[in-house]
This record gives sequence, structure tokens and C-alpha cells, in this order.
Amino acid sequence: MTTVARSLSNKEPLLEVKNLRVEFPTRRGTLLAVDDVSFDIAPGEVLGVVGESGAGKSLTGNAIIGLLEPPGRIAGGEIRLEGRRIDNLPYEQMRKIRGARIGAIFQDPLTSLNPLYSVGRQLVETIQTHLPMSAADARKRAIDLLKEVGIPGAEHRIDHYPHQFSGGMRQRVVIALALCAGPRLIVADEPTTALDVSIQAQIIALLKRLCRDHGTAVMLVTHDMGVIAETADRVAVMYAGRIVEIGPVHNVIKHANHPYTRGLMGSIPSLGHRSERLIQIDGSMPRLTEIPRGCAFNPRCSERGRRCLVERPDLIPAGLGWAACWLHDVAGVGPAATKELADA
Amino acid sequence: MAERSAFGQWLHYAADSDIWWSFKSSATTVIAAAVTVLIVAMAFLAPVIAPHTPFDPSTLSLSDGLKPPVLFSPDGDWSFPLGTDDQGRDVLSSIMYGTRLSLIVGFASVVVAMVIGIGLGLVSGYFGGAVDALIMRIADVQLTFPAILVALLIDGVVRGLISVERHDEIATFVIIGAIGLSFWVQYARTVRGSVLVEKNKEYVQAARVIGLSPVLIMVRHVLPNVTGPVLVIATINLGLAIITEATLSFLGVGLPSTQPSLGTLIRLGNELLQSGEWWITVFPGATLALLVLAVNLLGDWLRDALNPKLR
Amino acid sequence: MLAFILRRLAQSVAVLLTVGLVSFFLFRYVGDPINAMVGQDTPAVEREALRQKLGLNDPAPVQFIHFIANAARGQFGLSYRTSEPVNRMILERIPATLELSFCAAMFALWVGVPMGVYTGLYPKHWSSRALQAVSLIGISLPTFLIGILLILFFSVMLHWLPSFGRGETVTIGWWTTNFLRWKGIEALILPSITLGLFQLTLLMRLVRSEMLEVMRTDYIKFARARGLSNRAINFGHALKNTLVPVITVAGLQLGSLIAFALVTETVFAWPGVGQLFIQSVQFADIPVMAAYLMLIGLFFVVINLGVDLLYFAVDPRLRSQVGGRAGAH
Repeated sequence: MTTVARSLSNKEPLLEVKNLRVEFPTRRGTLLAVDDVSFDIAPGEVLGVVGESGAGKSLTGNAIIGLLEPPGRIAGGEIRLEGRRIDNLPYEQMRKIRGARIGAIFQDPLTSLNPLYSVGRQLVETIQTHLPMSAADARKRAIDLLKEVGIPGAEHRIDHYPHQFSGGMRQRVVIALALCAGPRLIVADEPTTALDVSIQAQIIALLKRLCRDHGTAVMLVTHDMGVIAETADRVAVMYAGRIVEIGPVHNVIKHANHPYTRGLMGSIPSLGHRSERLIQIDGSMPRLTEIPRGCAFNPRCSERGRRCLVERPDLIPAGLGWAACWLHDVAGVGPAATKELADA
Repeated sequence: MAERSAFGQWLHYAADSDIWWSFKSSATTVIAAAVTVLIVAMAFLAPVIAPHTPFDPSTLSLSDGLKPPVLFSPDGDWSFPLGTDDQGRDVLSSIMYGTRLSLIVGFASVVVAMVIGIGLGLVSGYFGGAVDALIMRIADVQLTFPAILVALLIDGVVRGLISVERHDEIATFVIIGAIGLSFWVQYARTVRGSVLVEKNKEYVQAARVIGLSPVLIMVRHVLPNVTGPVLVIATINLGLAIITEATLSFLGVGLPSTQPSLGTLIRLGNELLQSGEWWITVFPGATLALLVLAVNLLGDWLRDALNPKLR
Repeated sequence: MLAFILRRLAQSVAVLLTVGLVSFFLFRYVGDPINAMVGQDTPAVEREALRQKLGLNDPAPVQFIHFIANAARGQFGLSYRTSEPVNRMILERIPATLELSFCAAMFALWVGVPMGVYTGLYPKHWSSRALQAVSLIGISLPTFLIGILLILFFSVMLHWLPSFGRGETVTIGWWTTNFLRWKGIEALILPSITLGLFQLTLLMRLVRSEMLEVMRTDYIKFARARGLSNRAINFGHALKNTLVPVITVAGLQLGSLIAFALVTETVFAWPGVGQLFIQSVQFADIPVMAAYLMLIGLFFVVINLGVDLLYFAVDPRLRSQVGGRAGAH
């Protein structure tokens, strides 16, 4: 498994996630929300992670920054940043990595900023936590950062409070906050979902430009294939807690290797090539309590065989990337499985 | 399996429901329920199980006065397990009868508050405009004052209107009314809020168009929606109402000493506290605290189980 | 900001007028003021003359205006019970009530808020659970019972602290204070704890639940994701955000302390306005009741105004409402 899903470049990976499992103990038993997920991110690379809500993509991101919300916990696997294992670090040591080495951006810029502190105070506080700077130097750096994220009149706006900024401007402040101690990796969880469509493109372009300029890698978690197509170098598709396909973004979009990914691409108007009507996937993702035997996608798959009902596929080389589907195995999916058989 | 009777289905639902589950899984709640049932049973069976009839003067004897409780002093007398007061009344029996009065006043005033509150809430929400503004302003002003003060004020007004002597005869009703009038606001606000939400829903509009009476619409659609919150408020208020009655009686403006509730007993005992006869005060006090604690625990649990957002 | 304060002032005046209306109805229509002023055998003519002279035959609105004008000058007439001027009776007793309420409020704030922060930050720790359980008992114990139990332990059994009265006081102008004599401070301890305990548990539970709520917000999560220290997050970001609701409740509680003082004053024979009010209820002494009502109403209004001003200090969103959303697009 360790060789699976290596990035395209030959550089030493910045982030390595190996066989990560995240589980939630609940009253009806333990739920496995992230199941055996492995991937790498190279320095400066943008990895898109896409999937429906509940597929485990945000949890994977939270596990990486060490902020799983209890009772969620990492139940197995390991996470390495620049070769150093970080998933089992004590809280205080992990805290020093957060912000300094790994930044994070969350979905809602309206609620990500503390309403009672000026943006300058929040920036200076974060800078001084990680960098040995005087208050005056930190403030200068904060102003530079605000300029860099495109806030007009930064010298004057630094003393304003979050409610005095619009949603798009607030997300720019959030990006400045995530970048202010110069992290090597940013985990961006749905950074544009809460914004107006017109502002989404600006924010994505800004994020892309800043990360290129600073050489920062990005793990971009979203359910929006359009954003991924525009931004990412590689894309990982998640379904029911597992990665079902991972590969270079253009290959995945044009020649998806997993039936689920094909459905996902077909459901996007601009990407659904040639086809007159949008393809849709029947049914919905299973709840974590009732994941079927075999391949988790089998009840919705039009190409399932008998093998898919009993045996769960791991990632198999497919095209330029990898896909968790027996279609790419030499033995194939086996004889066609009828609806009755699947329900039995 | 599809042939299950409606009742069977309900039972199945009830046994599987979150409410029942959360009840069973909380030991504190089960104990609180048991304590509540025990105290209520003790209070209402008082005429049958109480060893004495403490407020029948013919059964009292001053020679029985100020006996200490048996477990705390060798001078105790087993026919008065918790001791006696200065008149020779059995403390245990007094507590049983007193709890009964406290519970009756508590329940009755919660019902009064509920009826007034739901009624005014419906009127306020449905008619809106000036009526609504008036009712809600009164509610605001009343909320500014603690319930105990409102109850005291109402009691004082009644004393001003009728003679102080006659007051004792109707004291129970005055207290129930005073406490009821001081707790209606929360119900009214809840019901009003629900009416405002329901009023603009299409089915209510439709019902109005086909000529159903507004009263019918309210009763059919709004009341079921507020049963949960109202029940929660009522449980929490029961504890408060019992405390308020006890406080009023303790202050000497509640139930008279001829019909003593727990609060009255504590007041009477308090006069003897300085000379060391603690049991006359402490046992009724402990009963009161236990009862209110149990009721509050049930209220807390019910609030969390029915609607974690309601605070 | 000025507009906001003016609006609040107008609301306060409206509340006071409503309270005044209730007081007026009490004063004027519950019991007959004339009966209290003259003997049983006063002839009807003389009563009528007095009625005319006091303006009791004027139309009700005119009487109401007179009542409010008098109330504004602190004139509430004579007590039915003692025939003393009501304002003097209240003025004599108000220092006792205010000092007691102040001590109780300080006790509730300085013990309740830290306890709430602690239990909110470490909700799973055994000591938090213990505090939470004890606080439920605190809420279930009626104030008077707490007072009685404290007297039983600390006065009757241990003889440590006095159980009634103000002890020794010092008079400064018309104000009498407990704070300048050890005996006076000693006398304050038990009543203050009694009065403050309920508010303490209430504040603790409120701060706890607000703290739990705030700790779940996105900005706290984002602060953690930036690697800020726990200290900065808990006592900077989180505590400041819990302050807004806490100020509201603490303000209201401060008001109800003054009203709740009447129970504590009765238990400890504390010569304050609360005790006066209880006596006036027992004797249907309407002028004193009306005056007390107005006084409590005034306290509430003043406290609410103070709370509003505190909001401005804490919450920048309110401060800039007046100036508009500067520079936002």
C-alpha cells in the first residue's frame, strides 16, 4: 500500500498519509468514517479531495491538522509531515506545528473570525505565537499580508473588526491568517462554498497565486468539481470513507476510471462532454452504519459484477492514476450481478 | 408484521423512542422519578399512613412537647420518630400533611399559570396588533420583577381589598392565584411564538379560507406543537412554584399556621432554632429540598430529551 | 450611540411609567387613603373636605400625574401602619439593603464566574461534575432554607458568626455602613452568602453553558488551527465572547438580588427595605408597597442602562452600528 498514490514528481513528499482510519464511537456502535486512506502531497502541489458530504473528506483534513472533534479519533495509520510523524504528537507539540507548518482555512469566513477582536489583533497574535517578532514588526507583517491578499487600504483596515468586512474580504483575511507564519501546507476545507459565485473565482485565484508564490502545498477539500478542475494538480475522489480514485486532475476529469467518478463528472454541466443531458447517479451514498459488503458503491453501480458484492477492491493502477474498482483488475468484476442478487 | 395494532405500534415506538432511551440510561433521572413518586405517595396517603393527626387539637398533649428524634437522642419516643414541636405535634405527620398542601398549591398554581399563559399567548399571537403589544409589554414589565415579588404584591393587594381576618379563610386560593399570576409569562411567550410561526403556514391560511373557525384552527394545530415546550416549562415551574409557596409561607404571608405547608412548618420551627430544637426545622426543610431537587432533575432531563435548544 | 442611549432612556421611562401606573392603582383604589388618615368617628363632611383638599376627587388622569410628580420628588405620603412619611422610612433602611446586595453580588460574581469558566473548560473532569451536581442542589434549596441552615451551623452550633441584625454600623451623613467596623463586617457574612448563593449557581451554570457553546464555534476552531496557545484561546477569545450573555443575566440578577433581599432580610432580621415591604404586605400598608415597587423599578431601569453601556465596551458590532459599516462593500 505504501507505494500507492504517490505524487507524480520524484520529490520527497511533504505530507504522507498512510492507511489512515478515523472512527466515531456512538451509542449504536463505532462508525468508521475514514477507512484506510493513503495519499501523498508533494511540496507546492495542490491536491483536490472531492466527494459528497459525509464521504470523510473533511475528517481527513481535520485529522491532518490534529483537530478531530471528540469523540472522533484516529484509530490507525500514520501521518507524516516532512518525514516526521505528527499524528501521535502531544497536544502542545502539535499546536506549534499548526499555524507554523500547516495552515487551515475553513468553510465559513463569516464565522471563522472572532467578532470581538480587530483583524489586526488576530493577525499579530498569530504571528507572534509562531515567529519571534516585536509587536511593531508583527503589525508591519500583518499589513503586508493584508495587502498581499488584496485588501485595499490595509494600513487603515487592519484596525477594523470582522463585521466591517464583506464575506469575500473576510475570506481574504482568513487566508492571510492561515499564511501568516509561512506554513508549508494549507488544508483548505470548502474555502469558497459559503461565498457568492462571483467571489468564489477570485478567492480560488488568490489562493492559487499565493501558494505558488510561497511554494505552499494545498489540500483542497471540496464537493465542487469545477473548483478542483481549475486549481488542483491531482485529485482524490472519496466515497463512503475511502479513496475510490486518485490521479492527475485532467486524466480523472477526461478519463475517469471509477464508475462513481464518471457519474460525478457527468453531473457537472461544463464538464459533461458531448452528452446532451446530465448523467446522474441513482440512489445516494450509504450511511456509515449501513455500508454494504464488497464494494461500497455496488448498489448504485451500473457495471457491478458478482465479485463487487463480496470483495472490496483496494486502489489498483488504472490509466495514469489509481482506482478502487475491479474493472481494472485482471480478474474483472465477475459475472453480472442482478438487482435481486444485490439486494439479497 | 404489518398487521400490528395502533397501540402495539405506539408501544413499540415508545419503547424505542429517544425519550425512553434517555430516561432509562440516566440513573439520576430514574432515581429522581422514584423519589418524586415516593414523596407524592407519602403526601397523599397521609390520612391513612400518618401516625398522628397533628392539626386536630384534641389529640395533642403538651406533655409530648419538644421530644427529640429517636435516632439522635435517648430521650426520643418511638411513637414520634422525628420528634415533636413545642405543642406536642408529631413532626413526621406534620411533614406528611404539609407536603400534601405544598404539592396541591404547587400543582394548582402551575395549572393556573399554564391556563392564563396559553390563553394570553394564543390571543396575543393570533390577533397581533394592539392586543399583542399590550400583553407583551405587561409581560416584559412583569418579567422585570422576580416572581416572589409579584406574588407578594398580589397577596398584599388582596389583603388590602378584604379584611385581614377573612384572608386566612381563603389564603390557599389567594396563594394559588398569586403564584399562578406570577408565572404565566413564559407560557405566553412560547405559545405566542408558535402561533406566529403557524399562523402564516399555508394549511392555516387554507383552513381559514374554507371557513374553519380560528379557535378550532388554534386548538387543532398550534396546541399540539407547543405541548413539548409547555410540558418542560411546567415541570421546571413546578419546582419554582413549590419554592415560592414555601417562601411566602415562611415569610408569614402564605398559608396560615392552621393549615401549615412545609414553608409554614419551617417558619414555626425557625422560632425555636436558636434554643437548639433543630429537628422541627431541619426535617421539613430536607423534605422540601429533596422534593424540589427531584422535580428539578426531572425538568432538566425532560428539557434535554424533548428539545436541547430550549433554554 | 447617542441615539441608542436616548432610545433606551425612552424605554426606561416607559417601564417606570407602567410601574408607576400599577403603584398608582394600588395607592388610590386598594383601600381608602382617607381611612388611614383620620379616625373612625370623623364626620362625612370633614372626610369630604379632606378628599377635596388632597385632590382625591380630581379625574383619575390628573391624580395620576400628581402621583407621578410626587413620586419623582420621593413623596409617597404617610405609612398606614406607623403614620411616618414613607420616604423617610425607606431612606433609613436603604443603606442596609444596598450594602447587603452589593456584598452578595460580589460574592456571586467573583466565585460564580471563575467556577463557570472552569467547569466549561473541563466539562469531563470529576471536579466539574461535582460542582455541577452541587450547583443543582444550590438551585433547589430555597434561599430562606439556606439562611436557616447557615444560622444553625455557624451561629447556633459553632457560635462563629452572628445570626441577626447588622452588628455595629457607622453613620456617615444619612448613610449607615457596615464596612467600617469588624462587627458589622462579621454580620454581613452569612446574609451575603445566603443571598448570593442562588445567583452564584445561576451564573456558574450560565457561564459554563456559554463557554461550552463558544468552544464549539468556528472562530475557536480556527484559532486552534492557527496554533494559538490554550491560554490565549480560553481566556482571550472564549471568555470575552461569553461575556455578552453573562452581562445581561448578571445585570438582571443584580436587580433581583435587591428584590430577593427581602427573604434574606427576614431570615436574618436585617433592617432593610425588604423587611419593611414584608411588614407592609402583612398590614396592607399600601403607600409603602407602592413606594417599594417604584424603588425596585428604578433600580432595574438603572441597572439595565448600565448593562447597555457595558455592551458597548465589550462588543464592537454595537459600537460601529452608528457609524455604518465603514468601508465595507
